[in-house]
Amino acid sequence: MSIRQLSVFTENKRGSVYETLQALADGGVNIHALSIADTTDFGILRLIVDDLGKAASLLKEQGKVVSVTDVIGVQMPNVPGGLARILALLARKEVNIEYLYAFIAEVKENAYVVLRVEDNAASEKALREAGFTLLKDEDIKKL
Amino acid sequence: MERYYQKEIETAPREQIRAWQDERLVSTVKRVYENVEYYRNKMDEKGVKPEDIRSAADLYKLPFLTKDDLREAYPYGLLARPLKDCVRIQSTSGATGKRVIAFYTQHDIDLWDDCCARAIVAAGGTEDDVVQVCYGYGLFTGGPGLNGGSHKVGSLTLPMSSGNTERQIQFMCDLGSTVLCCTPSYAAYLAESIIERGVRDKIKLKAGIFGAEAWTEEMRRDIENKLGIKAYDIYGLTEISGPGVSFECSEQGGMHINEDHFIAEIINPVTGEVLPDGEKGELVFTSITKEAFPLIRYRTRDICVLNREKCPCGRTHVRMSKPMGRSDDMLIVKGVNVFPSQIEMVLLQKGLTSNYQIVVDRANNSDSIEVKVEMTPELFSDTVQHLALKENEITEALKSVLGIYAKVSIVEPKSIVRSEGKAVRVIDKRHLY
Repeated sequence: MSIRQLSVFTENKRGSVYETLQALADGGVNIHALSIADTTDFGILRLIVDDLGKAASLLKEQGKVVSVTDVIGVQMPNVPGGLARILALLARKEVNIEYLYAFIAEVKENAYVVLRVEDNAASEKALREAGFTLLKDEDIKKL
Repeated sequence: MERYYQKEIETAPREQIRAWQDERLVSTVKRVYENVEYYRNKMDEKGVKPEDIRSAADLYKLPFLTKDDLREAYPYGLLARPLKDCVRIQSTSGATGKRVIAFYTQHDIDLWDDCCARAIVAAGGTEDDVVQVCYGYGLFTGGPGLNGGSHKVGSLTLPMSSGNTERQIQFMCDLGSTVLCCTPSYAAYLAESIIERGVRDKIKLKAGIFGAEAWTEEMRRDIENKLGIKAYDIYGLTEISGPGVSFECSEQGGMHINEDHFIAEIINPVTGEVLPDGEKGELVFTSITKEAFPLIRYRTRDICVLNREKCPCGRTHVRMSKPMGRSDDMLIVKGVNVFPSQIEMVLLQKGLTSNYQIVVDRANNSDSIEVKVEMTPELFSDTVQHLALKENEITEALKSVLGIYAKVSIVEPKSIVRSEGKAVRVIDKRHLY
């Protein structure tokens, strides 16, 4: 049920993120969501894209180091407290969240959150049982 | 069956080798004393006459020669033959200061080529082989030396010189090169490029002869695995002749020094005292067959050990260890001696690429050392925490080997400049000298 996220190793230097994004633009890859985790020396660029296979091979050609990670994508109402409800549920279930980032799509009623947790299956089950809609890879293209 | 290029010489009884050395040393010393003012002055200063040198056992009486002497005597001060007898010069890279040049007669080149031919045959080379030489040609001895050796063996020689990786790989595939001669760092780069292009199954290499810079056992295994070859070490220096002063046999357990041409000694680098076999110290060479540019007790600055145990390959010539450090390469950081080879060993043990760079700097009178290493797909992880842990693991390993803290920075692949000749491993920004 999880969705696949592309992570890119990015050195902390001028133009580094731009190079990555321009390569994806040139290859016609659309980015739906993006987040950057950074330290003083390097960063990890995390992307949800419409064509992951293509994006990965474009970036490898550029000499980038990339990896693919299974993450959970959850749909939520685009209202105050939308995300808090999800996190409250996960906290009750004692799920550790390694990182998360949220985005909205063209349909403004909904927003989405990408979650990286220790145990995908358990968290997915808990979220589904609580009535949340989870994203699948094929949903990404339609966002 | 071990093969030799000059079996009678390479497997000669020790007494025979000693007899050659005695006779050739005595005549060389006599010749330089008579013909080279620089040597005459040095020997007079030390109170040594040619008559005092009756055998190789008297070698210790002679004064040392250093790179500074070669610079002082530049360009003709150490020439032992009239210029009309010389046919070529070669030159050092000048990596540690002013260039040094060496002169050769046709006979000198002939003997040098023999030494390289011994190395190629020891690595399995025959007249049926295709030898791709991607050492630089020109003033650098790497290209001309292996080129000459390959001719002597009768192999088909590809005088590629260094660089132009695309063309190297194309010729390697199209002409079925079987023996590769280049620097180990370029061999590692070629291996990566061959795998990237997906042409690993199109190459026919069986052996590599790699020298002219420091490399580790880990790097050797890495290159051997990637290219599916056996990698042989070769050693030499322009001042003495060039590559082929010593070379590895199939045992890969040290390099046989061509003792019919060169006498090796190990000395204490501080006191100059000759050390017994098996002790670590500075390697000193005396060339005993050179016509144009014979050097007496030349200090190489390479730290090595000599091993006179019988080698299973049948060769009777003494073996030298891979240089364990070079006083020219040695960095003194926070008062601690640091050899780049120690850092390389740690990185390879941690599964990282052999592409790294060491940056030494000084701020507020305090030294700092930074090791930049390229990210690999195996090392990369999606979370900052894991990467930080990895960095920390490498930092700890370096600290236990070096004894000081070195900052580790993981950088993007291919972002460390690769030179196609010698690798620029160290950048010292301190400008202390």
